[in-house]
Amino acid sequence: MDAHVTLRVDGEERSLTVDTRTSLLDALRDRLGVTSPKKGCDHGQCGSCTVLLDGRRVVSCLALTVSHDGAEVTTAAGLPGPDGRLHPLQQAFWDHDAFQCGYCTPGQICSAAGMLEEADAGRPSHATADLDPAARTPLTDDEIRERMSGNICRCGAYVNIVAAIREVGDVSEVTER
Amino acid sequence: MTETEQPPPLAAHAVGVPTRRLDGPAKVSGTAPYAWEHRLPEPVYVHAVQAGIARGRIVRVDTAAAEAVDGVLTVLSHRTAPRLADTSDHELAILQGPEVGFRGQIVGAVLAETPEAARYAASLVRFAYEEEPHHTELRDDSPDTYTPAKVNPSFPSDTEQGDPEAALKEAACTIDATYRTPMQFNNPMEPHTTVAIWEEGDPEDPSASPLLTLYDSTQGSHTVRTTLAPVLGLGAERVRVISPHVGGGFGSKGMPHAHDVLACLAAKVLRGRPAKLALTRQQLFSLAGHRTPTVQRVRLGAEPGGQLTAISHEVLEHTSRVKEFAEQSAVATRMMYASPNRRTSHRLAALDVPVPSWMRAPGETPGMYAAEVAMDELAEALGLDPIELRKRNDPTQEPETGKPWSSRHLVECLTTGARRFGWDQRTAPGARREGEWLVGLGVASSTYPGYAMPGSEVEIVHRGSSRYTVRIGAADLGTGTWTVLSQIAADGLGVAAEDVRMEIGDTAYPMATVAGGSSGVSSWGSSLLNAVRAFRDQYGDEPEAGARVRAGYPENPARERYAVHSFGAHFAEARVNAVTGEVRVPRMLGVFSAGRIINPLLARSQFIGGMTMGLSMALHEEGVFDHTTGHVVNQDLADYHVPVCADIGDIEAAWLDEEDFVSNPMGSRGIGEIGIVGSPSAVVNAVYNATGIRVRELPLTPDKLLGE
Ligand code: FES
Ligand code: FES
Repeated sequence: MDAHVTLRVDGEERSLTVDTRTSLLDALRDRLGVTSPKKGCDHGQCGSCTVLLDGRRVVSCLALTVSHDGAEVTTAAGLPGPDGRLHPLQQAFWDHDAFQCGYCTPGQICSAAGMLEEADAGRPSHATADLDPAARTPLTDDEIRERMSGNICRCGAYVNIVAAIREVGDVSEVTER
Repeated sequence: MTETEQPPPLAAHAVGVPTRRLDGPAKVSGTAPYAWEHRLPEPVYVHAVQAGIARGRIVRVDTAAAEAVDGVLTVLSHRTAPRLADTSDHELAILQGPEVGFRGQIVGAVLAETPEAARYAASLVRFAYEEEPHHTELRDDSPDTYTPAKVNPSFPSDTEQGDPEAALKEAACTIDATYRTPMQFNNPMEPHTTVAIWEEGDPEDPSASPLLTLYDSTQGSHTVRTTLAPVLGLGAERVRVISPHVGGGFGSKGMPHAHDVLACLAAKVLRGRPAKLALTRQQLFSLAGHRTPTVQRVRLGAEPGGQLTAISHEVLEHTSRVKEFAEQSAVATRMMYASPNRRTSHRLAALDVPVPSWMRAPGETPGMYAAEVAMDELAEALGLDPIELRKRNDPTQEPETGKPWSSRHLVECLTTGARRFGWDQRTAPGARREGEWLVGLGVASSTYPGYAMPGSEVEIVHRGSSRYTVRIGAADLGTGTWTVLSQIAADGLGVAAEDVRMEIGDTAYPMATVAGGSSGVSSWGSSLLNAVRAFRDQYGDEPEAGARVRAGYPENPARERYAVHSFGAHFAEARVNAVTGEVRVPRMLGVFSAGRIINPLLARSQFIGGMTMGLSMALHEEGVFDHTTGHVVNQDLADYHVPVCADIGDIEAAWLDEEDFVSNPMGSRGIGEIGIVGSPSAVVNAVYNATGIRVRELPLTPDKLLGE
């Protein structure tokens, strides 16, 4: 069975007809040619396919396209500004060499972008000691590690991933003040 | 032999600079195309069908239900697939007959207009089998073990010096222990992918043969071409393999596997439409190679002062009945420490299992795990500091060959690391407790051969105004090839790195040897600098635009006279929960002696990545094989555990400042694998120091600590 859906992908309106079984990941990669999100497992186990769906991070291999008609999808390819300047997270990943093969990287970066918003909004993680949202727990390395643990990097770039996110997290705290 | 035969050392300007990756912006945006992602018109999706038994033959194939699915173009089985020209490699010779050699082997495929149709229809293909009893379990007493003719890649299976048995009998102190490692899987994040396009030759010209183009996730485009062309009955010049970006491999993409052949067979049937095949994560566990389980008996004999008098390392491993792979686990024991008496041996059991293959530092990784834990046990038995024990057995020349070392700085790695890590804080086993947590420190040595392979060629083209294009079919699987080769080229040509355009990852460029054995940059870089020399010889310092030269791997006579190896020292802090047995590793440090470091930023990532994989081997990774059905039951990333961010603490890598111009004119040695070698032992030794419990079987899961 086919269905017609419209998505806004990286700022651009895209209409397509898909098999109702089509995951959002396959719709992006195979129907729309948006290959920034990667397929590492197709089972929600690795995070390579992470995109921002209406602003929140999701694993797009577990999202059905037909359930998201009208949604706004942002991939890592859509994060650079209109002038082509890399998003601060992308710049920090590059500067810190927070990847090797780069296959997990677009997912890591989308996940980090979503994660920083969640942390800013006071949403706790397993590493958060004080669950009161008003407590504003700082984004410690342990918080970053815990919150980023849905994204596997087999190349083992975690140390640099944490350093890159820490740098951006610090800056966003500073700009808030 | 004159000294001028030796390639001259490279003066470093761009080399040694922590340049960020050239492919960085594309990688952080996700726009660097991996094999699946090249835009091609009218693709057809291929889904592999796998054998449901471990041994036997197919007696009936029912494809009717699959063929009836909307969008299905055809179903391939051994009855319908095109014939291969060469079926001597039984891993690659798929769909040629009814025999099944292991569960999960490719026995069919669905070709369809959409991935959904292909996958669904694949689930409807039915096979009836005549099953034969299968054997998949490697046991200490496995029957029918044999001595392979050689171990990977070409070492003798067994070696013996002196009289190890007699020396063990007479030794003042002995260790006799058996270590076990489980089946492990490379699991690169990009699943193995091949997109194949088979264009028939010009019908007007009967002599024109077909042209096959592959977009492949591979560590060696040329390796894929030279392996597959004869299998398919094509001349190598009719096959082009394109692979500019590779999503990790760790050895499993070092050679084409069965799925490559399947994509080619599908493409042949499709006559010009691209056949797209990506293995699923689950399929990787039977089709992309794995590390054999090992059973390793290590015996050490020593004098009271710690001098080794005997080393014996006997290895039992499995291989597949379908194709032999003999992991060289005891080979590092032949050169690591001094001892007048030494034995190493490898025995294989050929089982009805998927085909084992390269996984990061095959041989050294499992072998040094066992040997370096045994050294820790010996230090404990002698009452010696484990670093001191290693110092006392540091050989002045390569033990088996008597060759001088091109550079051996193991002791310096150990002492530098000890200082930086705070080794003097180490207590007696089980003596340091912080609340529920037992805390310990561990050390282990590392080594990896400084390989370089002949065969690569490089083309240099002057584009005008001192700008150059440098071409070689080399692979970048996260190793930094794009960046590092441009740095070497810049220094060779005497220009800035920005003035060099690299073109890699395509058989349209000159031949490159495989990115394996940590040999890539040594092999390709040597050829590159040889091409620079040829270019200058021919065109001098002021070449015309368009000047071009092509040259191959230079003679390097010194390599024959020296033993070329890298060394390292790993340190780990383990915290073991006394109540739950949970193990945490908050700190690791590796100090390496690996020749000149060409790019410190990227090298650090390689070392840390290897150490992360070593920690993973120590604590997490285990393929659980069900011997009743003959397959790995935990065949995905939820059940086959690899570390996530929360598992990794502070991992740091450092290196000695050195140059090794025996190794190559860059002064470097390979760094892709040494980070993993020995790091699992440092973790296991740290857990012993924390708890006083010696675990010899990996992975080191909590149950193994609570049972005691
Ligand atoms: S591909 Fe979606 S989580 Fe792995
Ligand atoms: S960079 Fe290769 S998997 Fe993360």
